[in-house]
Amino acid sequence: MSFFSEALWVLLLGSLLGLELIGKVPPTLHTPLMSGANAISGITMLAALTLIIKSGDNLPLLIIGSISLGFALFNVVGGFLVTDRMLAMFSRKKTRK
Amino acid sequence: MTFIAPIKFAIDLLAVLLLALGIKGLSKVRSAREANRLAAIAMILAAFGVLLNSQGTIGISINSWVWIIGGTLIGGLLGALTAKRVPMTAMPEIVALFNGCGGMSSLLVALGVALFPSAEGADGVVGELIRKFSIGVSLFVGAITFSGSIVAMAKLQGWLSTPSWTQSKARHFFNILCAVIALIGGIYLLIDGQNSLFLIVVASSLLGIGVTLPIGGADMPVVISLLNSYSGVAAAAAGFVVGSQLLIVAGAMVGAAGLILTQVMCDGMNRSLVSVLFGGALGASSIASVGGGGEYTNITSCSPEECALTLEAAERVVIVPGYGLAVAQAQHTLREVTRVLENADIEVTYAIHPVAGRMPGHMNVLLAEADVPYEQLKEMDVINPEFPATDVVLVLGANDVVNPQAKNDQTSPLYGMPVLDVQEARTVFVVKRGMSAGYSGIKNDLFDLQNTSMVFGDAKKVLGDLLLELKELGVGSKG
Repeated sequence: MSFFSEALWVLLLGSLLGLELIGKVPPTLHTPLMSGANAISGITMLAALTLIIKSGDNLPLLIIGSISLGFALFNVVGGFLVTDRMLAMFSRKKTRK
Repeated sequence: MTFIAPIKFAIDLLAVLLLALGIKGLSKVRSAREANRLAAIAMILAAFGVLLNSQGTIGISINSWVWIIGGTLIGGLLGALTAKRVPMTAMPEIVALFNGCGGMSSLLVALGVALFPSAEGADGVVGELIRKFSIGVSLFVGAITFSGSIVAMAKLQGWLSTPSWTQSKARHFFNILCAVIALIGGIYLLIDGQNSLFLIVVASSLLGIGVTLPIGGADMPVVISLLNSYSGVAAAAAGFVVGSQLLIVAGAMVGAAGLILTQVMCDGMNRSLVSVLFGGALGASSIASVGGGGEYTNITSCSPEECALTLEAAERVVIVPGYGLAVAQAQHTLREVTRVLENADIEVTYAIHPVAGRMPGHMNVLLAEADVPYEQLKEMDVINPEFPATDVVLVLGANDVVNPQAKNDQTSPLYGMPVLDVQEARTVFVVKRGMSAGYSGIKNDLFDLQNTSMVFGDAKKVLGDLLLELKELGVGSKG
C-alpha cells in the first residue's frame, strides 16, 4: 500500500509541475513543443522494459513486451529527431546572422 | 544490491529534473534545441536506470535481452527513418502517428500485466484494486489515444473523409454507448479479472474513432494536442501498473502540459474545447444555420500580371501566409518571389497569425525551412499597427484570420477572434483557389472591400506566374 500512497502524491505533484512549466509559449514553438512533449510521453518504454525483464521465459509476454517497447521507441526516437529537425531550422538562421 | 538502489534512485531524480528542465526550455526559442536534447538524454538515463537496477536485483536473462534489443532496434530505426523522411508540411500527421504509438505501448503493457499477473503482486486487497483500476485506465486511455491518433492522421492525409452519419446526432449515441460499455467492462475488471479486458479495448478504440472522425481538418491540431495529453495520462497509468514513480511523474507532466497547450491553441482559434470535441466540423453545420451574412456583391478579380505591376510600385509589402499555402507547399516559391522584391529594395515582412498553417506555429517552421529570415516574421500584435503604412498585402491561402467581421460584426460567429487588420493597407491581394468559404464557413467581408482584389488559382501556380511577371518587368534584376 505504501507504494500507492506515495505514487498518488507523485501523480499530484507531477501534474502541478506540468501545469506550471508551460506558462507563456510563443506561437512559434507550439508545434515543436507539442512534438517534444509527445516524445516524452514515450517514457512508457520504461514500463515495457520492466515487463520484458519480469516476464522470465513466458514467450507471449515477451512478445507483447517487445512490441510495446518497439511502439514506445518509435515514438521516442522519432519524436525527438523530428523536433530537433524543426528546431534546427530556427537556430540555423540565428547563427548565420 | 545495497548500493544499486540508491544509484537507481539518484538516476531517476536526475532524469525527472532533466525532463522538467526540458519541457521548460522547449517553451523558449533560445533554449528550445538544447532543451529537446536534455529531454532525450533524460530518457536514455531513465532507461539505463531501469536496466541497471534490474540487472543488479533480479537479473536480466539472455532471453530478455534479445527481446529488449529486438524491440529497441526495430522501433528506434523505424522512428529515426520516419523522422528523417517526413516532409515538414506533414508535421501534424506525423505527431499524431508518433503519439498514437505511445498510447499503443501503454495499452500493451497493461494488457500484458493483466493477462499474466505475476505472483509477487501482493499488495493486499486495496493495492490489488488500485492495480486493476490502473490497468483499466491504461487500457481505456491508451486505446482512445491510439485509435483517435490514427484516425486524425488518416483524415489529415486525406485518406478518410467525414462520413455523413458522424455529423448527425447519431454519433452521440454511438459514443455514449461505447463509453458505457467501456465503463461496464472496467467495473467488471475490478470485480472479476481478465474476462473483460478485450471488451474495454474494443469499446475504447471505437470511442476514440467516434469522437475523432467528425472533427474537421482545421480543428484537428487541437485534437492531436489533446490526444498528446492523453498519452501522458496513459503513461502515468502504466506507471501505476508496473510500479514506476518516474513513469508517473513524467506521464503526469506531459498530461498536464498537454492540457495547457491545448487550451492555448483553442484560445488562438477562438474555439472552446467543448465545441471542438462535441460541435463537429464547424464548416458543415454553420453554413446552414448561421449563413455568415449573405452573398458577395463586389468582388474584383485580377491576373498575376496586374498583381506584379502593383508590387513593383510598392515600398512596403506584407505577406499573410495561411493554411492554403501550406497545403499547396508553395513556401519555397514564395521565398523566391520575396527575394526578387527584396532585390528591388522593397521591404518585405510576414504577418503570422497565431494559428497560421496546419497547426499553431507550423507556419514558422515551414517558412524557416524555405530560408525566410526569422526577423522578418512578425506576430499579430506587432504587425497590426503597421498595416496602415503598408502598400500591398498579399494574402496566401488564409481566410478567417483576415476577416474583418471578427472585429466589426457582433452577430458573426467569428466575433472576438483575434485577426490581422489587412484591410487597413492600401491594396490587398487575396490568392485563393475559388470563392469557397474558410473552414468556419463564414463569408469574408474583406473580399468585398474596394481595395481588395482576388487572384484566383492554386497558391503555388499563382506565385510561379507572379515570379515570371516580376522577372519580365525587370524587378530586382538590376543588381
